[in-house]
Amino acid sequence: MPNYAWPPMPSRKVMGKPTKRLDGPQKASGKAKYSSDLNQPGLLFATILSCPHAHARVTSIDTSEAERLPGVTAVRVISPAGTEVQWEGTEIAAVAATSEEIAKDAIRKIKVRYEVLPHVVKEDDLSRVGNRAKAAGEQVTGDPDKAFQEADVTVEGHYGIPVINHCCLEPHGQVVEWNGDHINFYPSTQNVSGIGGDLAKSLTFNPANIHTRMQYVGGGFGSKFAADRWGVECAHLPKMSGGKPVKLFLDRATEMQIAGNRPSAFAKIKVGAKRDGSIVAWESESWATGGMGGGGMPPIPYVFTEIPNKRLRHSAVAVNAGPVRAWRAPNHPQASFLTCSALEDLAAKLKMDPVDLFDKNAGLTARAEVYRAQLKKGAEIMDWKRRWHPRGESGSGPVKQGMGLAINTWGGGGHASQCRCNIHPDGTVEVELCSQDLGTGTRTIITMVAAETLGLPLGAITLKIGDSVLPPSGGSGGSTTVGGVSSSTRKATVNALGKLFAAVAPSLGAQPDQLEAVDGRIQVKGNSAKSLTWQAACRKLGANKISEMGVNDQRNPQGLNSSGVGGIQMADVSVDTETGIVKINKFVAVQDCGLIINPKTAESQIFGAAIMGICGALFEERIMDVQTGKELNADMEFYKLAGIADIGDIVVHLDITPEHDKRGVVGLGEPPVIGVIASIGNAVANAVGVRVPRAPFTPDRVLAALEGRNS
Amino acid sequence: MSRRGFIRGVGIGGGALGTGLLEKEALAAPPAGGKTEGPGPVPITLNINGKPYNLNLEPRVTLLDALRNHLDLTGAKKVCDRATCGACTVIVSGKVVYSCTVLAIDAQGKEIQTIEGISTGNRLHPVSAAFVNHDAQQCGYCTPGFVMAAKGFLDRNPNPTLEQAEHGLCGNLCRCGTYVGMRKAVLEASREMKGGRHA
Repeated sequence: MPNYAWPPMPSRKVMGKPTKRLDGPQKASGKAKYSSDLNQPGLLFATILSCPHAHARVTSIDTSEAERLPGVTAVRVISPAGTEVQWEGTEIAAVAATSEEIAKDAIRKIKVRYEVLPHVVKEDDLSRVGNRAKAAGEQVTGDPDKAFQEADVTVEGHYGIPVINHCCLEPHGQVVEWNGDHINFYPSTQNVSGIGGDLAKSLTFNPANIHTRMQYVGGGFGSKFAADRWGVECAHLPKMSGGKPVKLFLDRATEMQIAGNRPSAFAKIKVGAKRDGSIVAWESESWATGGMGGGGMPPIPYVFTEIPNKRLRHSAVAVNAGPVRAWRAPNHPQASFLTCSALEDLAAKLKMDPVDLFDKNAGLTARAEVYRAQLKKGAEIMDWKRRWHPRGESGSGPVKQGMGLAINTWGGGGHASQCRCNIHPDGTVEVELCSQDLGTGTRTIITMVAAETLGLPLGAITLKIGDSVLPPSGGSGGSTTVGGVSSSTRKATVNALGKLFAAVAPSLGAQPDQLEAVDGRIQVKGNSAKSLTWQAACRKLGANKISEMGVNDQRNPQGLNSSGVGGIQMADVSVDTETGIVKINKFVAVQDCGLIINPKTAESQIFGAAIMGICGALFEERIMDVQTGKELNADMEFYKLAGIADIGDIVVHLDITPEHDKRGVVGLGEPPVIGVIASIGNAVANAVGVRVPRAPFTPDRVLAALEGRNS
Repeated sequence: MSRRGFIRGVGIGGGALGTGLLEKEALAAPPAGGKTEGPGPVPITLNINGKPYNLNLEPRVTLLDALRNHLDLTGAKKVCDRATCGACTVIVSGKVVYSCTVLAIDAQGKEIQTIEGISTGNRLHPVSAAFVNHDAQQCGYCTPGFVMAAKGFLDRNPNPTLEQAEHGLCGNLCRCGTYVGMRKAVLEASREMKGGRHA
């Protein structure tokens, strides 16, 4: 069997070198065409009419006036009379028209009557959700009652993190065109290989007749895997519109209401410990919502899973609001926030430095040595020992500085992926796989792996992704892409190179296994005198190209990729106790990793995760109105994201070492987002001397906590 | 309130970034000679990247929709559609504006510069090049808007401090979190542009 192992770290010429993303110039010059940018000849524009009520029954719908409007080509009722609608934004009807403006006019001419029904849209106070809470069974480990009795110290606190939105800048949507009995499908997706099958299922249509293409996607973060109702509608509309292609992208309000959110998490937590900080007992009563279908159950206690005595109760609350979707590291940020907040409160009560507390209890985690080393590294970068002070001891001025800490873990093993490598007699190399580049740098790392293997410069590789005719590769979720596509690409290129060696070995007077590909040449190992240029070598193929596959087998990745990382985050903040404004001074992320293909884009992932977490810590919250059941901030004015001046100084430390390199490639898009909110919340508590129990840590909540009010 | 009514109320300044650059002009601009246009399509000429484009558009069509839906100039993106995020940023008569909140009909007679007009052939504008160099982009959907905002800012502030540059870009939002690279990119671009090599 060919040797697929990664080349040794010191001998790599392309992999491991900080490399500019290859599609950067396309994006930065506005030439990159996203699905929402497509403008086929005769393109029609579609719009969705959505329900303005949180809970209602459609009693009648009259589309006749909309149908008569000049320019309207199709009107489809999605929720006919009798439909019970469970959240604001639910799709009621869709219209296609010759212009965006006419489509919107037509939507306004559809007459819908509703019977408005009672709603529940807020879950932060469990005593006020009535029968909407469904309790999961109690889980008990050890003897928590006895352990709490014997504990030297116990702390109790309540904590909450709200529902937040994905807020992808490119909204969900697609262009669909029919070509006879075939569909050309251009979605905005994280799942080019799989989304056509999903659409086919909803249409009861032959999936082989759906051709899916997408070159660029404007953000997904876990929310863009399925074809969705709007995809299905968009596929129906062209048929009713004389076969013309139809574009349907959600407007911002609808995007915020129905196209994805992350479940909330609230908990009352009690922790018991010995005087030296060893945690002996945990009790939590948690609840969360992810819309009508309940919500995620955060895995608490997070990372410190081996606390010997535990009692866990959890309730899922159904609310009349848009349904949850996977959101970068599903359930982990909430779990990290709940757990690390409680542990910081424990440290404060023990008058212990939380770095010491986390270190002391590292044995309760699955990777004690990793976390211990990271705590040390983070503390060093942060100058923690010098700058940390006991909670609240932050001087007499109105602006208080504080430090906080949190922890993460994630999987990140490679997904199923198939890759084809073609080597043509003229020397052209094609690498083909139906993956997608979410902005994580996937194009770049695939090309780097191919170039490394074939001994060629990046520019010699033609990469084709984002087209369902190519060999299938998994959806980009769970930080699984980099491991999957790098492994399949490595195998395909090793296999293709083996064929090339076989073709040229006779003319070099050597056996194929004595050859190597270096610096654009095929040569006898270590002997550049016996060599052919890449072009000359490929000419030996005569008329036939080489076309070889490589497959990443998830059950046996052969050391090319693996799973399981840890990381820590530390925040240094200033809090103005007069205004309640929290400012990030410095943020440090120390992240465990495997083999890093492109340090430049790997770092960008961690910077991005840190900034996304800062958004969640300081600004982001879906705000629901109890009276009307409406989402009050389904926009970008009042659903706030951090701007360039809001993020402080961010330092990323990746554990790139020969030891970690041996683990193969491990995904890291998700883990660094996990502990950010928790670390900032802890830094705020350390600064102002009291816990601000609920994220985001907005001025009103900070001031309320300072005054001892419930926020 | 309709978009038309909103824009009439605040003038073109509604599309200007937080710095309020266009407020004075908005106050000075008379409402299209007192004559009512539309609601049907009317002939409109836009001067974009140095070239005139003749279009037949309803007066309510925004500059952003005119660019994207009628001229296939899709670098400017429609994201918030409410003058908040800056993904639709273009430069109009030297000033940075949100094209989602400017009507195409009101942009007549002005020099409109879009992302498509600032690079020549395969040579990137120094702002775009700096964004590539410092990986100041991930999904890239906000990037053309940021590049135009940065160019417009640097045209007027060729020698900014980091703090000033951050202020100049605070009218744009990125969801992937690329601000760390952007900080470096804007400062590098300011040095490159001053060098006059790409003037």
